[in-house]
Amino acid sequence: MAAAQPISQSRSPPRGAAIDPLFKAACLAAATALLAALAGIVVSLAIGGWPALSKFGFGFFVSATWDPVRGVFGGLGPIAGTLISSLLALLFSLPIAFGVAVFLVEFCPMLLRRPIGIAVELLAGIPSIVYGMWGLFVLAPFFATAIEVPIMGAAPQGSLWEQLTTGVPNGANVLTASLVLAIMILPYMAAVLRELFLTVPAQLRESGYGMGSTAFEVVTKITLPYVRRSAVGAVMLGLGRALGETMAVTFIIGNSHDVPTSIFASGSTIASTIANEFNEATSPMHSAALIALGLVLFIITFTVLAIARALLAERQV
Amino acid sequence: MGSLRRFRRSAVDAAFMGFCWLVTAVALIALGFILWSLATQGIGALDLKAFTLPTAPSGSPGGLLNAIVGSVITCAIAMMIAAIVGVLAGTWLAEYGGDTLYAKLIRFLNDILLSAPSVLVGLFVYNILVAHVIGRFSAIAGSVALALIAVPIITRTTEDVLKLQPTSLRESGVALGAPHWTTIRKILWRSAGSGILTGGLLAFARISGETAPLLFTALGNQYFSVGLHQPYFFGLGQPIAALPLVIFQYAMSPYDDWQHLAWAGALIIAIAVLGTNVLARIVTRERRPS
Repeated sequence: MAAAQPISQSRSPPRGAAIDPLFKAACLAAATALLAALAGIVVSLAIGGWPALSKFGFGFFVSATWDPVRGVFGGLGPIAGTLISSLLALLFSLPIAFGVAVFLVEFCPMLLRRPIGIAVELLAGIPSIVYGMWGLFVLAPFFATAIEVPIMGAAPQGSLWEQLTTGVPNGANVLTASLVLAIMILPYMAAVLRELFLTVPAQLRESGYGMGSTAFEVVTKITLPYVRRSAVGAVMLGLGRALGETMAVTFIIGNSHDVPTSIFASGSTIASTIANEFNEATSPMHSAALIALGLVLFIITFTVLAIARALLAERQV
Repeated sequence: MGSLRRFRRSAVDAAFMGFCWLVTAVALIALGFILWSLATQGIGALDLKAFTLPTAPSGSPGGLLNAIVGSVITCAIAMMIAAIVGVLAGTWLAEYGGDTLYAKLIRFLNDILLSAPSVLVGLFVYNILVAHVIGRFSAIAGSVALALIAVPIITRTTEDVLKLQPTSLRESGVALGAPHWTTIRKILWRSAGSGILTGGLLAFARISGETAPLLFTALGNQYFSVGLHQPYFFGLGQPIAALPLVIFQYAMSPYDDWQHLAWAGALIIAIAVLGTNVLARIVTRERRPS
């Protein structure tokens, strides 16, 4: 360092000070752009979907008639399909994601902890279209011949079992779509749950072990109570993913607009319906109905994600 | 009695441990199986033609070149938009916003956007750009849709890493008499650089596989649509091919050769995404935003 310069007597503002407010304004504008984007999504969906919502009214949500030829649109099929497939996916993947997260925190040998943890996080980043393709080309054919046909064949006539498994055994149905969704959100939920479990202070867990608790007791009596609310938040984040997922589902759900009444029936979700039909919409009302479905999807996911974030807010994850 | 209780506790514990081992094995095997079928099917279909020929009708020799180029172009434009908006927004949240109500609102909305359904982002951009401002399906619209998905990721990471910077760094700027924005640019951004870069890489990995937002914006194109002689801003104002779109179209088609190319495309995307994620890990060991 050179010898210290004498401190200048007159204190003019530093060079570039005039740009300070401009820079701050630019940053504020960028932040506001996020607000504008989200508001823009809501407003444009509301405006675009309004013709359908005003014409069909409440019937849009409770009617399952989706008939582009006659111009009659009821969204119950896709709405029900979205909820059913996402909840089924959550049902399948939650116990597994929980087990993986506990395994990584409590049981995994030190040597494997990092590689498996990294593998789970990397798998969470695989694009959904890859999962969708796998579902279409690998899971669906296997599922049709190895699972659907035997189960449907074994169903006693007239039983509830038969009702719940009616469908065309081609592997493209609500159940396989839910399975693909479950596999897709699994690494994500496992990664988030693991991060959450790692926030439990080591002293708490170790004091549990020190008192002679088993690992099961430490997890259920110390870890889970400690992260309870945030864990629900993490699960809802996974649900949010499943609700809005497009490509993994579009490949394999069968794309029928009926309300699925059996797990082997083909169905559709809001996202898959929009992806399939929006570019080929036959009339302005058809487009409006699809955009109205989009608005419904937005409201559902916004609610789920908002609750998830509120629950997670206590702990930074 | 004590021994019975002890037996029950250890039995439950052993069952629990067995469950955790089992589901982890099942999960890893299932995911490994997916990667395995992707690798075998993809490598079988991946040859030089995939990288050197543009898409062609089924039956004639074709590849994925225009789709790869299209994806690179749309992602590059998207990342340029997203880097500027995301870094500035993240900077505002970390340096100016503080704990004001508005900052909390933006933070909340950013977290929502982070997981918002990407198909709705596509619909939104369609309604604004395709239906009105530009009036056509176009590469620009596709890029904007992808940028909207990348921005929240970059914003979140930028804010997180800036908040990790010690206050003494900011004070050093003040002590030198530098204006605030110089302090931010020359000191904070520089010391947070690798973290911000990680955010950018994660965002890139995310958007490079996105399909749904491109369906109604970039639309897809059988041919090369970008070049000096192309109409509408060197072709950026007309529909452009993208790898995820071609995969979607080809996988759903009944033709064998198209389906093979779809696997090849899926493998290319998966490798690109995994590679970017690994790179992001190497650049820094910051945690990813959830």
